[in-house]
Amino acid sequence: MDTTTLAALSGNIATVGYGLAAIGPGIGVGIVVGKAIEGISRQPELQGRLQTQMFIGIAFTEALALIGIATGFIFR
Amino acid sequence: MERALLHHALTQISMAAEDGGFHAPTIDEFFPPIVLFEGTPFALNRIMLIRLAVMVVLVLFVVLGTRALRLVPTRMSSIVEFPFDFVRKNIAYEVLGEHDGKRFLPLITTIFFLVIGMNVTSIIPGLNIAGTSVIGLPLLLAVIAWVVFIYAGLKKNGAGFLKASLFPPGVPKPLYLLLTPIEFLSTFILRPVTLTLRLTMNMLVGHLLLVLFFSATWFFFFQQGPNGFSLFGLGTLAFGAAFTLFELFVAALQAYIFALLTAVYIQLSLAEEH
Repeated sequence: MDTTTLAALSGNIATVGYGLAAIGPGIGVGIVVGKAIEGISRQPELQGRLQTQMFIGIAFTEALALIGIATGFIFR
Repeated sequence: MERALLHHALTQISMAAEDGGFHAPTIDEFFPPIVLFEGTPFALNRIMLIRLAVMVVLVLFVVLGTRALRLVPTRMSSIVEFPFDFVRKNIAYEVLGEHDGKRFLPLITTIFFLVIGMNVTSIIPGLNIAGTSVIGLPLLLAVIAWVVFIYAGLKKNGAGFLKASLFPPGVPKPLYLLLTPIEFLSTFILRPVTLTLRLTMNMLVGHLLLVLFFSATWFFFFQQGPNGFSLFGLGTLAFGAAFTLFELFVAALQAYIFALLTAVYIQLSLAEEH
């Protein structure tokens, strides 16, 4: 046995990569939706427009998480 | 229903169960063997057959459901008309207004119905996989949405559309060096890519999780012999049932989001410059 190796991990680091990539967008989407809910509660009559803006915001921040999934397949 | 899903999981694991271990689902789930027309470009596997079946069902739903239209709907036709009204009022008119909403309503309705029809097969026992879980169909819908929103912007403002989206007003000139590539990437590349990937990944991951739960239940109950660990099988079965309901919600939600984002991108293209 190799005396310099104390511990070893094996597997595909792409799964860890996606997990790390999803932290930021997860927090980001949470902030966007939270702020949208806050805005709707302050002015309920703007609910339609705020909801549309919320979905646009989610689409932008979620993009990074989706790219994170795809890179696992791209960089094999 | 769980019986059929367990049976499906069985076909996965019984083939590879010689060593008695647990075999989690892999990406090969989404490339089932070719059933018909092998060797031609029209080779059909299980997923393509599901897509064709859903297409026939949707056409029948629309044609038969709207055969005897009356001013005051009956109960049956109310059920058929509800999704149409939902898309028209809550997605098209809400985002695009009445005039442009009417213009793009056929596209948005088609996208909504196709996506929800294909998504829902992921929980139907016997079919068990979403027609949108492989990238072809979401890619097609995203490319159509991409072409339409670029067309809408070019038709309304001509070259001014490109200028307004790549060089947003109110920014000091040197910043355009940094901003324009980002805007180009974000508007013309990322929009169709994220539309595709969002739908595909949601359905793919949902299917993998469902197969995992049900094959784990099978493993705990039957494959590793009834013993103390079989109690975990009850847990995975409960999770499988709960996740099936969640998957139904996600199927409808992803259809709504795809149609809504298409409408939003069209609206952003058609927006007046300040």
